[in-house]
Amino acid sequence: MSVATHESGASAATTGPILELIGIGKHFGAVQALAGADFHVHAGEVVALVGDNGAGKSTLVKIMSGVYQADSGSMRVDGREVHVHSPSAAQSLGIATVFQDLALCDNLDVVANLFLGSELGTKAWMDEVVMEKESWRLLRELGAKIPTVRIPVASLSGGQRQTVAIARSLVGNPKVVMLDEPTAALGVAQTAEVLNLVERLREQRLGVVLISHNMADVQAVADRIVVLRLGRNEAEFRAVDVTTEQLVAAITGASDNVVAERNARREASGGPE
Amino acid sequence: MNGSVSPARLGRWAPPAALAVIWLVMSLSNPRFLSAVNLTNLMLQIVAVGAVAVAVVLVLLIGEIDLSVGAVSGFGAAVTAVLSVKQDWPAVLAILAGLATGALVGLAHAAMVTRVGVPSFVVTLAGLLTWQGALLLVLGDTGTVNIDDPQLVAIAGTFLAPAAGWALAAAVTAGSVVAIVGSLRRERDRPARRVWPWVVAGAGAPVAVVVFNADRGVPLAVVVFLLLLAGGDLMVRRTKLGRHAMATGSNASGARRAGIAVDRIRLAVFMLASVLAVTGGILAASRLLAVNQSSGSTDLMLTAVAAAAIGGTSLFGGRGTVWSALLGALVVGSLANGLDLMGASSPIRLIATGLVLAVAVGLDTLAHRAEVTPFREHSRPGR
Repeated sequence: MSVATHESGASAATTGPILELIGIGKHFGAVQALAGADFHVHAGEVVALVGDNGAGKSTLVKIMSGVYQADSGSMRVDGREVHVHSPSAAQSLGIATVFQDLALCDNLDVVANLFLGSELGTKAWMDEVVMEKESWRLLRELGAKIPTVRIPVASLSGGQRQTVAIARSLVGNPKVVMLDEPTAALGVAQTAEVLNLVERLREQRLGVVLISHNMADVQAVADRIVVLRLGRNEAEFRAVDVTTEQLVAAITGASDNVVAERNARREASGGPE
Repeated sequence: MNGSVSPARLGRWAPPAALAVIWLVMSLSNPRFLSAVNLTNLMLQIVAVGAVAVAVVLVLLIGEIDLSVGAVSGFGAAVTAVLSVKQDWPAVLAILAGLATGALVGLAHAAMVTRVGVPSFVVTLAGLLTWQGALLLVLGDTGTVNIDDPQLVAIAGTFLAPAAGWALAAAVTAGSVVAIVGSLRRERDRPARRVWPWVVAGAGAPVAVVVFNADRGVPLAVVVFLLLLAGGDLMVRRTKLGRHAMATGSNASGARRAGIAVDRIRLAVFMLASVLAVTGGILAASRLLAVNQSSGSTDLMLTAVAAAAIGGTSLFGGRGTVWSALLGALVVGSLANGLDLMGASSPIRLIATGLVLAVAVGLDTLAHRAEVTPFREHSRPGR
């Protein structure tokens, strides 16, 4: 049932994908969240993962980031088969995740959040001076506007928090960065800032996986769009070719649904073209 | 939220302000409150509660609670006392055995919390009862064990010679100056935040030694307490264990997804807390010259939890400092000491402590509410 996914995306590299998942299945009790989903991403490529609520996007992301373990299927990094049994295992394989809730510690300052779980220093002690310098370097690289790195992230704006979360994902020099609904809670200007960040990540030759409900955002930055539906691959598009209508049709299922019907009716009554 | 009276800011300055007000009122009502003798006594009174409060602070920082600290402190001290008096163990070994008992108790608590998933409130409530019973068992029929080992007695009974006290103050002040200069030279972001605690320490040490030397000298127990505080603070702010503990208390699921072994952090902190509680118990026993049935009473636990909260450590986890144990213990201790001097009855003392606690926790709640953002989500694995 696997859709042919090996037609590479727009600006994908000539070599193989850096991250590849084949036939992933996952169920929670009686609920089949994923049933043989395939996915891959190349270096320097932005792949959008879209789908309706319950399509399995978040589950797939959590499997890639090591939060969940797949019941079936295999996962490859740089062509090598891997088993990701924990978030830290995913990180050491070069897979970084920016979760939808950002997973930031509100009471801790920007530096602490950036290096959480991978603090610099000796085995037991932290080197705050080095971490602070590195923090500024990372944030500058992303063109981020943060007033000071020594305030709790609770007092930052939504866009700044998103920036901190994205910068944090870059700490371990990852190969792939996954962004789960990065613009869901943001205003127009902050959304544009985050989309700029996504393009910066692509310029740095990272593979970027973007999960989003927002078709405008997806079409604005993605090279390739993968549509999941009911835990399976429904369709795959090159972002330059696809219309919003096509995407919505794929997300909601076949053509025999309300949205497609409306469009069909309108086309039929609204003259040629 | 940039106003000068944001709740978080208010929460930070309230404990020292409360302490200043209490000292002012107490000294006005009875000039003897600020005498060298009384201040030395005050410090000796708060040492045991303070050490137990450090334990409470650590547990609060990871977003849990330990109601058993009082009982554990009594139980551990009883083990030490019985081994010393009835088995004739040398003091050092008896103390180590008491501390090891604490570590095992903490291990048991942590196992229940992390493996079985029982809330720490219930686990340590069960612990409170269990270890209180264990304390009575260990003490035996007489219900009290009098300590006679000279080394055990010396912990609370030793006062440093004036010269030794001065050497200590000089070391602290010199260390503070080095720290301040170093901090400013490395031109880090907002260095003032890091500098002012050193200013307080560097200036406070000589003043404290002047006061102590005007009486019997710097008490050894106070030095032990300050070392516990400094060590705990170093652990919380400078080590990865401490950072991960703060993260666990701030956002446990986020910490887990950042690759932190949250359960191992909880284990370490619960063990450390129980060991610190026993340390407090041994300090108390050394001062009392005995361990008896009222050692490690619920009163000690309540006072220690109150001290931690009054000192500014959040009950919501992830916010606070080890020094709040000192501040809180000073506030609670000064109230008790001052009201005693005024001849006030113990109901008044309880009411006053209760009111201060209510205000402190109210401020904490306001600060917590101000921090909650739309992004916050306490998700658990499973969906």
